[in-house]
Amino acid sequence: MSDAKPDDGLISINIDGQEVRCQPGANIIEVAASIGIEIPHYCYHPKLSVSGNCRMCLVQLGLPGKDRATGQPMLNADGTPIIQWFPGPAIACGTKASPGMHIRTDSDMVKQCREGVTEFLLLNHPLDCPICDQAGECRLQEFSAEHGRGYSRFTEEKNVKPKRTVLGPRVMLDDERCILCSRCIRFCREIAKDDVLGFTDRGSYTTLTCYPGRQLENNYSLNTVDICPVGALTSRDFRFKMRVWFLKPTPSIDTETSVGCNTEVWSREGKIYRITPRRNDEVNDTWMPDSGRELYKQVEAENRLKQAAVAGQPASIEEALAAASKNLADGPVAIVGSGRCSVEEQYLLKKLADALGAASRQLVSRIGEGDGLLVSADRNPNVRGALLTGLIDDLPKQRLDDLAARIDAGEVRTIFAVNEDLTAAGLSAEQLAKATIVYLGTHANATSEAAAVVLPGLTVFEKSGTFVNQQFRLQKFHRAVPGVPGARDDLFLLGSLLANATGSQAPTVVASVWEAMAAEIGPFKGLSFAAIPDTGVLVDGSAFAGLPFVEGKSLHYEPAGMEAAATS
Amino acid sequence: MAAKETRILLKHADDPNYSTSIDSYLAVGGYKMLEQAVTMKPELIRAEVKAAGLRGRGGAGFPCGVKWDLVDRKSGKPIYLICNCDESEPGTFKDRQLVHKDPHQLIEGIMISAYANNVALAFIYIREEMPKGARILRQAIEEARAKGYVGENICGSGYSCDIIVHRGAGAYICGEETGLIESLEGKRAYPRIKPPYFPAVLGLYNCPTIVNNVETLCNVVHICRMGSVEYAKIGRPNNTGTRIWCVSGHVQRPGYYEVAGITMGELLYDLCGGPLPGRKFKAIVPGGGSMKILRYDERFKGKNPDGSEYEYGVDDIPLDFDGVAAAGSMSGSAGMMVMDDSVDIMEALANLVGFYSHESCGQCTPCREGSLWAKKITWRMCRGDAREQDLDTLVSMAGNIGGRTVCPMGFSTTWPVQSYVGKFREEIEAKVRENKVGMRGDIRLIEK
Repeated sequence: MSDAKPDDGLISINIDGQEVRCQPGANIIEVAASIGIEIPHYCYHPKLSVSGNCRMCLVQLGLPGKDRATGQPMLNADGTPIIQWFPGPAIACGTKASPGMHIRTDSDMVKQCREGVTEFLLLNHPLDCPICDQAGECRLQEFSAEHGRGYSRFTEEKNVKPKRTVLGPRVMLDDERCILCSRCIRFCREIAKDDVLGFTDRGSYTTLTCYPGRQLENNYSLNTVDICPVGALTSRDFRFKMRVWFLKPTPSIDTETSVGCNTEVWSREGKIYRITPRRNDEVNDTWMPDSGRELYKQVEAENRLKQAAVAGQPASIEEALAAASKNLADGPVAIVGSGRCSVEEQYLLKKLADALGAASRQLVSRIGEGDGLLVSADRNPNVRGALLTGLIDDLPKQRLDDLAARIDAGEVRTIFAVNEDLTAAGLSAEQLAKATIVYLGTHANATSEAAAVVLPGLTVFEKSGTFVNQQFRLQKFHRAVPGVPGARDDLFLLGSLLANATGSQAPTVVASVWEAMAAEIGPFKGLSFAAIPDTGVLVDGSAFAGLPFVEGKSLHYEPAGMEAAATS
Repeated sequence: MAAKETRILLKHADDPNYSTSIDSYLAVGGYKMLEQAVTMKPELIRAEVKAAGLRGRGGAGFPCGVKWDLVDRKSGKPIYLICNCDESEPGTFKDRQLVHKDPHQLIEGIMISAYANNVALAFIYIREEMPKGARILRQAIEEARAKGYVGENICGSGYSCDIIVHRGAGAYICGEETGLIESLEGKRAYPRIKPPYFPAVLGLYNCPTIVNNVETLCNVVHICRMGSVEYAKIGRPNNTGTRIWCVSGHVQRPGYYEVAGITMGELLYDLCGGPLPGRKFKAIVPGGGSMKILRYDERFKGKNPDGSEYEYGVDDIPLDFDGVAAAGSMSGSAGMMVMDDSVDIMEALANLVGFYSHESCGQCTPCREGSLWAKKITWRMCRGDAREQDLDTLVSMAGNIGGRTVCPMGFSTTWPVQSYVGKFREEIEAKVRENKVGMRGDIRLIEK
């Protein structure tokens, strides 16, 4: 105790004999985790209020003794404080760190507590792991193996409860599996602000249910499935489709809006089965909207472009690229990029626009209603990337009216459209017919139908890259599955067009695009694709602070605080 | 000399000329203490209650004055007082008498306690099964309000406090103070975790809150009347005042007895008339269904002041908090259940465990799952389908409940299971061998 402690506001506590420094009041489960000690728990969730009902995290707790009469610390002969251990166990989730606190997570009492709770939880829990979707990522399964007694003493009949209760359009409940941890209830109440779940009945017959006349149908309902520690809540989309241990998680980003929820894309043998949130305490915590979980279906959508075409006829990629380059060289060219393209693609597109001397370069905006949580008003994931790369210098508009006027005036004869349907942005079929259109995109639409050249590109799940979200946070996504046959990486297509336009080499893979961007773009200085952390990095967006961005306040985002966040 | 009752709280209760009207109460000097109290400094009243050594009559026996001291008076939030009239512990019916027969005594106790703690709004949480009590209390409050003892400007002092009678919806767990608070807030009565939800700091509506039992609050009136010194002379040190014991089961005269400073034998024989003709006492549950059972032939060891040991039996147990605790049980809610030799102890246990599993709120794992498991085992045993390992499993599993739950109710399964099995194991095992467990009881479910 003689060595002076640094004055950093931290305190020392002792867990299983290890001294650990932490914030005063820190949660014991979190502090223990920080030094690699797992305190098993079910009901505790770092982003929800503490309920303390599962009793799995019971630990022994001791505090430095104080003399009752004098209030002075009680010391051993060697000057160390005498620790007074509580006679009974305490829940770690409800215990806040205080100076000198001692915790035992490995004593016989704690082991017996865990064994007891595990036995109790298994009494009425069905032994249907072989057909349970949660198997493989089930806390009850894991902790039973780790902390259980290994055999059952229960010879009575198990409780019978409903096995298939539809809670809402996307969530199914198996009441027998439910361990009544109340995480889902707390999530709906505290995060989704849609207080719709509750318990009925009492004791071991307690049953999770929706309030009368209500459904669990909010756009965050599937988060309850994620946080359910057992297989009680399952996704109606995913259930019975695939054992989770066959699935490979790939870090990705939700492209729905400029929030840029961090996600994990779960795939097996080139097929995606589900998307779940990936924890990022600066962006989405551990949540994501339901709407973003269905995006994987676009990979195998019916209207997916899988064939390059020239003048409506199937062509090889090489033929299509040559034809596209020729059309673009004919000019004058307008570039219509997309806020759904990656930063890398926008950079190459900008380079291409420069090389072609494009008369116009713009994006198409998508504005919806923000929900104040994880869906922002800007439904493009990467408008800020287009600003940073210089592809555009102002916020995009919803309609391409000035482009229409230029076509009508004969000032634009070729349009290079990337992933945007020009008709949806206000161009008429006549205007499309007046111009030569080169289309690079993933799905067929009116523009690809009218295009002289079609270059099939990849969805976000089939390629790697970065987006810049509403906070000016640069975030990576990785290829989860190979591209559909016939389509090519957008970077390869854009790089090839750029090389054709300039007559010199152009980067066609993410890493080399980043070499060029890091050298050229101030806010990206010193960065490389590999160096961007999984939770992203804030880049300097102060140059655009004056722009009237459309996003309102949402989780971890304050419009007014943007400047400070971006420059910090 | 035969022991007698010491009726203080119940002094007028059974007087045929006494009614629940305020006139009856005023005629015996009622509300005088409130009139006097509101002229005193609140902290003086608190000091008196503390000095009187009044211990909570709800079950835990926590010193009332200390409880009041723990209240956070600096939060700037209102302080609430809740009278716990949920009296749901099996075998307990004392609060019912106080409410039904002398409601104004309780109201005066509440108002004095409210004034002493700067409370502006008090609640009486009364169990659903006491509809008559709720009616009586509501009427009594209106009478008291009309006379200026409840509501605005009490006794002209400028102090105002109202009382709201709130009826429960029929759950045992609402007797647990934080469960009660949740219920009062309109939620499911899930007891709260402590820390942080100590009622004295974060109680009703997250404001500092005092929860006191009916009998405790009634005692406050008499502490004020007698003064702490005189009051503390009743009973033994650290066990001051009277207690109303609710005796049910196999005695000649079951009922409620307000006593002080007597032994269990005096209560059982002198007041209750001893066992029924031809029967012998077998076991006593001293303080409500959840408390550990005492074998009537059990012997205990005590220590004389000089350190020497002496032996004593159940009849010699001093009938107060410390006396019963020294015998290894608790006086709890003073609901004493007496069983004679006609009782099948396994049936008694199954009956109790059935109650506690039915009343487990279901919030936390050990009590929720453990209590129902205990019920399933004991009921199966009573159906004549006992297994060799049942008793060991019961005792071991029950040990995993108590002390590991959100609220103390976990012990309601642990203590009966462990004490009934522990103290009557041979008897149960013999009956199991002869396959005679529960063969004649009322809770037998299936003929075998």
